[in-house]
Amino acid sequence: MKKIICIVLVVMMAAALFVGCTKDDKKGEETIKIGILGPHTGELAVYGLGVKNGATLYLDQVNAAGGINGKMIEIIAYDQRGDDAEAVNAFNRMVSEGITGLIGDVITSNTLAVVAKATPINMPMITASATAASVTVNADGSVNTNVFRTCFIDPFQGMKMAEFAGEVLDATSAAVLFETGNDYAIGLKDAFVAKCGETGIEVVGQESYAKGDKDFKAQLTNILAAGPDVVFLPNYYEDNGLIVTQAREIGLNAVMLGGDGWAGITDYASAEDLEGSFFCSAYAPGSTELVRDFEARFIAANGEDTLNMFAATGYDAAMLLVAAIRKAEKSGSAPASDEYKQAIIDAIRSEGAGVVGVTSEGGYTFDEFNNPIKDAVIMTITDGKEVFYRMF
Amino acid sequence: MSFWQLAVQQLINGLQSGSIYALVALGYSMVYGIITLLNFAHGDIIMVGSYLSWFALTSIAPFVPLPVAVVIAIAMAILGCMVLGVTIEFAAYRPLRKSPRISLLITAIGVSYLLQNTAQKFIGASAKMVPYPRIPSVNFAGLTISGVAILCIAVTAACMVGLTLLVKKSKSGKAMRAVSEDADAALLMGVNVNSTISFTFAIGSALAGVGSILFIIAYPQASPFMGGMLGLKAFVAAVLGGIGSIPGAMIGGLLIGVIESLVSAVGLSVWKEGVVFAILIVMLLFKPAGIMGKPTTEKV
Repeated sequence: MKKIICIVLVVMMAAALFVGCTKDDKKGEETIKIGILGPHTGELAVYGLGVKNGATLYLDQVNAAGGINGKMIEIIAYDQRGDDAEAVNAFNRMVSEGITGLIGDVITSNTLAVVAKATPINMPMITASATAASVTVNADGSVNTNVFRTCFIDPFQGMKMAEFAGEVLDATSAAVLFETGNDYAIGLKDAFVAKCGETGIEVVGQESYAKGDKDFKAQLTNILAAGPDVVFLPNYYEDNGLIVTQAREIGLNAVMLGGDGWAGITDYASAEDLEGSFFCSAYAPGSTELVRDFEARFIAANGEDTLNMFAATGYDAAMLLVAAIRKAEKSGSAPASDEYKQAIIDAIRSEGAGVVGVTSEGGYTFDEFNNPIKDAVIMTITDGKEVFYRMF
Repeated sequence: MSFWQLAVQQLINGLQSGSIYALVALGYSMVYGIITLLNFAHGDIIMVGSYLSWFALTSIAPFVPLPVAVVIAIAMAILGCMVLGVTIEFAAYRPLRKSPRISLLITAIGVSYLLQNTAQKFIGASAKMVPYPRIPSVNFAGLTISGVAILCIAVTAACMVGLTLLVKKSKSGKAMRAVSEDADAALLMGVNVNSTISFTFAIGSALAGVGSILFIIAYPQASPFMGGMLGLKAFVAAVLGGIGSIPGAMIGGLLIGVIESLVSAVGLSVWKEGVVFAILIVMLLFKPAGIMGKPTTEKV
């Protein structure tokens, strides 16, 4: 009996060996390997799978259209379960399997762990979701030139809203009311104030409050006295709801602006008080032609469960990487070689390889810290509902 | 807006939040006056009152006309707080009346946590918007005075006058003063101490109910932990004004509100709570009985 089992096993193993061989023979050096890394199980899976499914959707599409320069893309996707050590192990394995670029990682801490391994070997990587500034810039101020992202970092929203106030709303003066001790709010506020300085909008008031405060009338009265065209509220929705309500109560009727911390505010202030306010966001479902088209194809391939902002930025990350690989192919060097990787990085740096993404109709360009300069979604509030206003 | 207009506006802002503190401080003061207990659950009674308003305005409002819903919300908040206050006294404080003061104090803190966590468990930690209809603002001498501010100040003043009359003129007021002076002697004189204490809790909690309505009109979000800081500041107001004194609670509350408003107005909003508690410390060092309080010898 044992003998028979042994023989069967040997035969199966031998067969498996041949299967492996034929597979290798068929693809051989003709493939370009791209890694997709993220948490695909566990509590962060909804982000990781969003990125994976979004990126895979685009890569499959490229393969269906004949690949890049006649070469097929081979996706190497690993689940790191949200763990730093697992992420590094999975990345090392991908490198030994010969990837030429990485889409990932997903959350900031995992991404930082992978960046520490990817930067020394100059591996091009594009994260679709890690928003911390430290992903691309080290503590000593040096930039990880091989690391890019398709999501925007938080302070970028403050900059966008200052530009929006000046160019679209024709504001000449602005005031800010922000929560002290909240890094998100301070980041947005600093970027907003700095951009106002550059674009000639006079900042007539910078007021602050402490966590847990419910009464903002003293600060709002000061702002009322200064009479700004717009008031920027870079805080979270519960506080912003109270602030807008109290502002209207004391007769402050300036246009209210905010960042993505506003999402959900319609449950916390009345429709009439919020009417005509604007806030920015990275992604709005069903907003533009491009987004609707993407969503339809995504749902057809993966269903609705993982359709989120990161699916869209993951799709864009794949687009960026493929566009850069197309340029690198022209260099004539072999995939995953040092010259090839440098060519990819150079291509992304030069105007984002000319990519028009789902979340950035105006194309991708990158600043000196490898953070994208791209369109933001501007939302407005009409009749107590958050509605897509325009891309900006 | 001129400097004076700005100053007046800020003063009104301060009086508005101050009048809410005053109303809460009145409840604190009454309870302390009668059984020398710092009822730390007082702020949480306000939280419960706010949720009752929320319930009435979101769950009952769709079935009745808006003014009726508002009346129901107000009635539910005040009566609900009254019942809750009396129940807390009956269940948690009365069995401990002969125990050391510290046991009562710790029980009060326990009741406070119980209420907070119950609300968090059953309603959730995130804030709920309470949709009382907007009170129109008044334009006066180039200023926009918020209707909420006028309402708060007027209601608080009315409550204070009513309470003073109740305590000074009515029979139950006389009983309250007697129990406060010396509970055992009052008992000997035929005063029903238990029902007098219950009555005091009922009035104090009804004031908390009124306070919850004003608070939630001014800051329309109910959350499980909203009572904590409000209760603490009202306590400071009560001590500042002289705990046990009705006009003292009023003056203390308004003073705290105005100080907070002015501190925020000069750009030190982050420090406003620090300033309030610093004033409490200074007050306790130099005039422990408070502004309106009379120095008394400890009777324990």
